[in-house]
Amino acid sequence: MDAREIAERLQAKFGGDSVTVTAPAVGDAAVVVKTALLLDVCRFLKSEPELGFDYLRCVSGVDLKDRMESVYHLYSMKVGHGLVVKVVLDRAAPEVASVESVWKSANWFERESYDLLGIRYTGHPNLERVMMPRDWVGHPLRKDYVEAESYHGIPTSRPDPVGGKDA
Amino acid sequence: MNDEARVLTTKVDWLLNWGRWNSLWYLLFGTACCGIELMQTGGPRADVDRFGAVPRAVPRQSDLMIVAGAVTYKMAERVRLLYDQMPEPKYVIAMGSCANCGGLFTRSYSVVKGVDLVIPVDIYLPGCAPRPEALTDAILKIQKKIQSERWVDKRRPLAHGRT
Repeated sequence: MDAREIAERLQAKFGGDSVTVTAPAVGDAAVVVKTALLLDVCRFLKSEPELGFDYLRCVSGVDLKDRMESVYHLYSMKVGHGLVVKVVLDRAAPEVASVESVWKSANWFERESYDLLGIRYTGHPNLERVMMPRDWVGHPLRKDYVEAESYHGIPTSRPDPVGGKDA
Repeated sequence: MNDEARVLTTKVDWLLNWGRWNSLWYLLFGTACCGIELMQTGGPRADVDRFGAVPRAVPRQSDLMIVAGAVTYKMAERVRLLYDQMPEPKYVIAMGSCANCGGLFTRSYSVVKGVDLVIPVDIYLPGCAPRPEALTDAILKIQKKIQSERWVDKRRPLAHGRT
């Protein structure tokens, strides 16, 4: 099934305005789900036999300056089809339900997305930094991230030995 | 030759240095892809064992730290801890562009812009990654440095003014 057919199934189940399909000129078509419905939609995508999405390949976070997105790449080993699910988040306070209860592989993916972009996954069993040190300040992949002068006494810049303007 | 004639005349410093430069044990420790070249350098082709340089798994037995690869801020604390655990006199080779100045990751938020911001460095070895021949040359340069030192009373300040 392609994204449009799956979206129709979801609309029949959750209502017409719960899901929209984006079909960019380049890249995969994606199903954009209402943020509040994400967990229910994911449970449905996994449990419905014809959809059977048993494998969460990746969770990514995207900072688009005016909003944030959390992107879920799903695959069904049984049926042999894939799907991209997106939720759009408020950039000031990005928050969405964790899908760790549906797919265990979401655990570290969501921690990474939280670590680097500051998206809060509610209901996650252990939402801690996974890559940066625990006492790191800020979320470094945010577009407005400003690097600190030093970390634990280690300066974060180095003088340019030839004094170029790019120092 | 009888037993009484078995006498060697030398200088204390030279003799101690002779022992040191021919047993330059390095810490088996890689932080990134330069670690692969470091392993090759200890392998049969480059074979730095013939210069007395053998890998040690423990910093307390090591004379030389070869910082092989990019050091993240998270790792930098561990690098400093390992360095502090090594007994004096100790030497450091910063291997590759990343350990020298951050290299490819100069614009990165997570990589230290040169390991000399964390621990003192004796030899800066350029390259990305340096070949085993280059690392062998760096080890020979450390040996040269040892030969020129007076071993007695050799101490250096601990990293970042630690006491």
